[in-house]
Amino acid sequence: MQLSDSRDISADRETVWAALLSPEVLKACVPGCQEMTGSPEEGFEAVVVQKVGPVKATFKGQVTISNVNKPDSLTLSGEGKGGAAGFAKGGADVRLEDIEDGTRLHYEVEAKVGGKLAQLGSRIIDGFAKKMADQFFENFENAVEGPKTESEAEEGPGDQPKKGWFKRLTS
Amino acid sequence: MPKDGIGASTKRREDIRFLTGKGRYTDDINLNGQLYVHFLRADVAHATLNAVDTASAQDMQGVVRIFTAKDFEAVGGLPCGWQVTDKHGNPMQEPKHPIMAEGKIRHVGEIIAAVVADSLEEARDAAEAIVVDYDELPAVIDMKAACADGAPKVHDDLTSNLCYDWGFVEENKAAVDEAFEKAAHVTTLELVNNRLVANPMEPRVAVGDYAPHDDSSTLYTTSQNPHVIRLLMGAFVLGIPEHKLRVVAPDVGGGFGTKIFHYAEEAFCTFAAKQIKRPVKWTSSRSEAFMSDAHGRDHVSKIQIALDADNNFTALRTDTYANMGAYLSTFAPSVPTWLHGVLMAGNYRTPLIYVNVKAVFTNTVPVDAYRGAGRPEATYQLERCIDKCARELGVDPAELRRQNFITPDQFPYATPVAVEYDTGNYHATLDKALELADVTGFDARAAESKKNGKLRGLGIANYIEACGIAPSNLVGQLGARAGLYESATVRVNATGGIVVMTGSHSHGQGHETTFPQVIADMIGIDASQVEIVHGDTANTPMGMGTYGSRSLAVGGSAMVRAAEKVINKAKKIAAHLMEASEGDIELKDGQFTVSGTDKSVAWGDVTLAAYVPHNYPLDQIEPGLEETAFYDPANFTYPSGTYICEVEVDEGTGKVEVLNFTAADDFGNVVNPMIVEGQVHGGVGQGIGQAMLENCAYDADGQLLSASYMDYAMPRASDLPMITVDHSCQTPCTHNPLGVKGCGEAGAIGSPPALVNAVLDALNRNGHAVDHIDMPLSPSRVWTAMNQ
Repeated sequence: MQLSDSRDISADRETVWAALLSPEVLKACVPGCQEMTGSPEEGFEAVVVQKVGPVKATFKGQVTISNVNKPDSLTLSGEGKGGAAGFAKGGADVRLEDIEDGTRLHYEVEAKVGGKLAQLGSRIIDGFAKKMADQFFENFENAVEGPKTESEAEEGPGDQPKKGWFKRLTS
Repeated sequence: MPKDGIGASTKRREDIRFLTGKGRYTDDINLNGQLYVHFLRADVAHATLNAVDTASAQDMQGVVRIFTAKDFEAVGGLPCGWQVTDKHGNPMQEPKHPIMAEGKIRHVGEIIAAVVADSLEEARDAAEAIVVDYDELPAVIDMKAACADGAPKVHDDLTSNLCYDWGFVEENKAAVDEAFEKAAHVTTLELVNNRLVANPMEPRVAVGDYAPHDDSSTLYTTSQNPHVIRLLMGAFVLGIPEHKLRVVAPDVGGGFGTKIFHYAEEAFCTFAAKQIKRPVKWTSSRSEAFMSDAHGRDHVSKIQIALDADNNFTALRTDTYANMGAYLSTFAPSVPTWLHGVLMAGNYRTPLIYVNVKAVFTNTVPVDAYRGAGRPEATYQLERCIDKCARELGVDPAELRRQNFITPDQFPYATPVAVEYDTGNYHATLDKALELADVTGFDARAAESKKNGKLRGLGIANYIEACGIAPSNLVGQLGARAGLYESATVRVNATGGIVVMTGSHSHGQGHETTFPQVIADMIGIDASQVEIVHGDTANTPMGMGTYGSRSLAVGGSAMVRAAEKVINKAKKIAAHLMEASEGDIELKDGQFTVSGTDKSVAWGDVTLAAYVPHNYPLDQIEPGLEETAFYDPANFTYPSGTYICEVEVDEGTGKVEVLNFTAADDFGNVVNPMIVEGQVHGGVGQGIGQAMLENCAYDADGQLLSASYMDYAMPRASDLPMITVDHSCQTPCTHNPLGVKGCGEAGAIGSPPALVNAVLDALNRNGHAVDHIDMPLSPSRVWTAMNQ
């Protein structure tokens, strides 16, 4: 399946770019991610637990970053093997664009599943992949600019801009 | 005449054990010291297989041994039982079919490794620890794309993905093309015969056993033909002589063709049991069945009919792509050719026919015979195209068919596609079906439906079958690598009871009930005195098994021939006992009498004399009463019939409801009408399943998408109408002793076109000019067709 969408993030392009290359950010943003180690140059090793329809599995696999065109675009690709559950793989072409209030993140996602996941979950895989992508980029948005919740807003002084945990780390 | 002889609707004696949980299926067999195998199967469709690392799995708890392709280097591949010769006179391309993937993965579900462990759970756990190193390759799924230049090749050692390009009859092609040029009208239709998964209720199971004391192997397996498995596996795969190999197929819970074939799992369990010297058992899960049982159908066809100005069919030509899947399953090449092309004449006098079939390898599960096997594909094309033709010409579809029927006085009728129909009366079944379906009352019913906002339609289809494929010397010329006879031993015991050992296998057909009815009728004893033994190579003579609606026509005939030998010998004994001439002895109602006298001796007295030969002509005949016969038919049998289906279509949703179904069949003589009706019910149920619900789907990468009952829709009771079955139109087969033709597949052959014709009739009657909708006719497809 394929889908494309975009998100506006209240942070400058350098910050968004750096977040995209951070294993901590990726770990926090990939839904169901248990472990994420490695580096942008050599790729990341990941363990992700996910449930697709009736199939719940632990996926072990690699995440690689390619087509790096700093700070404009890159490709995130992942492939996970879930043992008897089959495999899932996907890629996202990400492009960053300056906008008035920050950065617009465009993404085009392609996802594929195989084995038991395809055999049992094909009817729901499109919805699942969309949900995964939405969650990832929502998590990413939150990580970079901070959640838009009341309690979060009360934590900091009113005159200071809200910061996500990634921004707090890097600023 | 015994009350349960030929013609009696005797209840099925085997049902008592099936319905009370006393059946003995292969999975019920558990042997001392038995191990369990779990197969690691490919989850990609096409890949280079670099390495299979079993090191860490090997050390896991309970693991006894892990097998990979390396263990099978000295073992043959699974053989193909039919070699088709292409239109240029060359043999088909025949790739090796290994037990496990060798160097390359060619379909999802192919076996990569096998873990044998103390328990199934341990075997499954260990399989997860096997590391498979592979590089995925582009897959070929679509048949036409697979035939294009530069398409990825499923088998690198073949010249292309084309198994064969078959032309039949090639010499007729020019004349056929010429007839099309002269035609007053030509109807063309392109259609898909959807890929199906057979889904017998019992999944496949294999238990391999080895006896070191005499170096013999035993395989218990869910097979329709244990002797064929013994021959193929013993001679071609494992190199075990038949006297050291026993194959047992006990109670089998449905086959529908998919249990004819010799599968890798059978060879594996037999091989592994000998290697490990412990029994090895495999029980297929339903998920495994979807990706390892041979699939059915999957043809893409273009058919054209040419007519003269008086609406007589003058010529027919078809182009078909037939999917073979990744490997050639046991009888796969024969299905689109000798079981399909030779049936393209149908019930009609069309003088010129040319059939082209391209069999194609793709990265999918192998495809082979499924209930009807080739004949449903032929019938579907022909009957759909004739229906379209009638609509184009504005004539009654029933009358267009009737006008072109082979007439009763033309039998035996030689078709232009090589077969000779011995007998039939197509007018009779058409008239019977029209009457039973109350076609004259249709308009009133359609008006009623319209009031309720529903579109009503009526569809007709005729079919002809070729059953009991034979004779062996002919099929040998056509490429069969097997004989197609059947055998039976009739053993009469001292006290008069009879055991019939038959090569036919029963897995739902009811042989244990019908075969005794025939013997009871011949001898005049109660059918309960007759027991049927089948399914074990150790105690039945060589048999070719059950498929192609052949059991009664071929296996039953062998039994009759053996029983005739028994009766002839018994008459000699009776003549001696009554001091009469053998020629004067008559057998009736279990009594031997001397004609014209009141002298008689009972069946039991004669059988006792045969085994206690105190007063016995030992100088003239041997003691004992047991005879074996092999029967090789002179021709196919040709059941035929007319099916009529009535449907309502919901215009708003596209949902189709099957309201009535009428089947008027000519099966020749009928032994047990109730069982025949049951066979028709089951066949029609599967045909409606194909037409309405079932579809095996792959994505473009070769992932099997419909691999559970969540996505593969099996027909349920509520999807089926009441089915009116009639078999009163009987033209007995002229060349077998019972005059029977076979009834097992008819329902699945005639019903899909009848149903699709009915839906298109409903649409076209109500202002939706739709030429065709491919099966299954889901609400979505029907609605889309109406609203395009």
